[in-house]
Amino acid sequence: MIEARGLTKVFQDKKRGAVRAVDGVSFRCEPGRVYGLLGANGAGKTTTLRMLATLLSPTSGSASVAGFDISTQPELARANLGFLSTATALYGRLTAREFVEYFGRLHGLEEEELHRRLEALFARLEMNEFRDRRCEKLSTGMKQKTSIARVLIHDPQVMIFDEPTIGLDVMAARAIVSFIRECRERGKTVIFSTHVMSEVEKLCDRIGIIHSGRLLAEGTLEELRARAGLRDLEDIFVRIVGEAEERAA
Amino acid sequence: MSLRNIGIVYRKELTDSLRDRRTLISTIVVPILLIPAMTIGLGGLVTSMLKKAEKDVPPVMMLGGEDSPRTRLALAKLPALRVVPPAEDYAREITNKQIRAAVRIPRDFDALLDRGEPAKVEIYVFETDINSEIAGGKLQAYFQDLRQRTVEKRLAERNISMSLLRPFEVSRQNVAPEEKVSGAAAGAMLPYLVILLCLTGAMYPAIDLTAGEKERGTMETILTSRVERTHLVLGKFLLVLTASLATAVLAVVSMWFSSRMAARIFAEQLAKASPAAQLHVSIRAADLLTVLFLILPVAVLFSAALLAIALFAKSYKEAQSYISPLMIVVIVPAVASLIPGVELNARLAMVPILSTSLVSKEVFTGTYHWNFILTIFASSCVYAAIALFAAVRMFRREDVLFRA
Repeated sequence: MIEARGLTKVFQDKKRGAVRAVDGVSFRCEPGRVYGLLGANGAGKTTTLRMLATLLSPTSGSASVAGFDISTQPELARANLGFLSTATALYGRLTAREFVEYFGRLHGLEEEELHRRLEALFARLEMNEFRDRRCEKLSTGMKQKTSIARVLIHDPQVMIFDEPTIGLDVMAARAIVSFIRECRERGKTVIFSTHVMSEVEKLCDRIGIIHSGRLLAEGTLEELRARAGLRDLEDIFVRIVGEAEERAA
Repeated sequence: MSLRNIGIVYRKELTDSLRDRRTLISTIVVPILLIPAMTIGLGGLVTSMLKKAEKDVPPVMMLGGEDSPRTRLALAKLPALRVVPPAEDYAREITNKQIRAAVRIPRDFDALLDRGEPAKVEIYVFETDINSEIAGGKLQAYFQDLRQRTVEKRLAERNISMSLLRPFEVSRQNVAPEEKVSGAAAGAMLPYLVILLCLTGAMYPAIDLTAGEKERGTMETILTSRVERTHLVLGKFLLVLTASLATAVLAVVSMWFSSRMAARIFAEQLAKASPAAQLHVSIRAADLLTVLFLILPVAVLFSAALLAIALFAKSYKEAQSYISPLMIVVIVPAVASLIPGVELNARLAMVPILSTSLVSKEVFTGTYHWNFILTIFASSCVYAAIALFAAVRMFRREDVLFRA
């Protein structure tokens, strides 16, 4: 379960002054559902997700992850959270096994439990062949699997993906998409951001369109189609963003 | 406060750093290889210079003296000098190092001496050129000796006792302990070197664990794990401190070994040289331990300050450009302690680094000012605590962690 209530983030920029990167964003996502945050570059997707992951603290508003408030109980929120983005890199000088172990230990797993889970994950993700190889020597696909093992080692209820497919080739991107689907099937609460329309259409139960830090429209794909009177998600996106720009001007 | 999490972070950073070539070089290879190389190299250089100076017979020019065969002959016979024929431009030849010095013998010098009339011998040297001054010194020594002999001869001729000229003797005795004399040279250099190595040993891990993580994109990964930021920074800090102390301890051990090695290799030459040249041959283990204890808060100060500064940077390169000026900030007070005559007082005891350097110098020369040692340890601890507090605060600032 993820719930955001009026999340707002204001950055102080030397040249532009106060910038409202995220402005009053509210939504909720139930377990077993995938929420897609759709927006152009600089729309506020990453800042929103970083606030949910407790990396940044909101200027105002609040949010809870798996029932824990991100401002007052950030450690507990993170304990129930797996965060994955193309920016979350691996420690190159650790082996895949050491890397996953490190995060398992930091999440408070006892050695026995840790190794039981690690063996299960490595078997499921077919990682045993490269488990003792250093992360810097791994291929993109292997790195991706290692990252997935990292977010799953503490079996979190909530998964946050920040543009997880950006810069990946077709096969690697498909692997991520099927991983997100698997998370949903296992009853996890999933939120992910993207600017790829096809991923949203394929995966999301609910969609939020974000632009200039504001959540302009929200609902299921069908609800958005009915509201905009258009069929294609890209057309819907362009229409909704265009209307907002007109209002602003 | 969870020691478990700090320990987990520390163990991981240790594994990580031990696999990092840059850290290994600055922490382990530099003190282990550089110091013996420097000690042996310096010793070799000094002994070869000494040998060369022994062999070197400087050419000197005699101007005039054609009418004083006795002086001419005596000078030509001197084994330490080689007399060359006179030339007009002796000054230029000295400047160009073709000859080392020149001496002007006055007209009828031998005859003037015999008659007991005044005369003046002039010696020409190029000041600041050590070889020229040595040659000039040898000439001067000869003529002073000649003057002494002349005085003695004249007194003997008049039946006057020598004690008229030397009514009493003056002699100087040393009361400083043995280690104070031989420790003086080493005592000044050692703390300075150890403090500097504390800094260089901490530098690369501090950058690697902060700006390096940002650059490689692992900072975001680790911050989304459950670990608290305070635990994360303390684990990282302990690793940087370990590297700093490891460098310092290795340096001291390496110094001790290489000084023994150098003492054996250059035993013969050292015996001839002055006591000041006998580099840290007589350093005691107790002194070393006291100095390491005093250096501890300085290492904490460096580790925490470097972490805080490097964290602010976005990349390895940026961090290096912040830290390079810091090197100078550290070197200046450390070097200030080498200036002769800079002595500990209550005010200097409050200056970080300089105070530690000064008191360590005293310890190596066998003097333990316990009130200063404790004051300096306490004041260094305060500075170290402030730096550590700043580092922890920096890690809680998202505008620093996610600086765009």
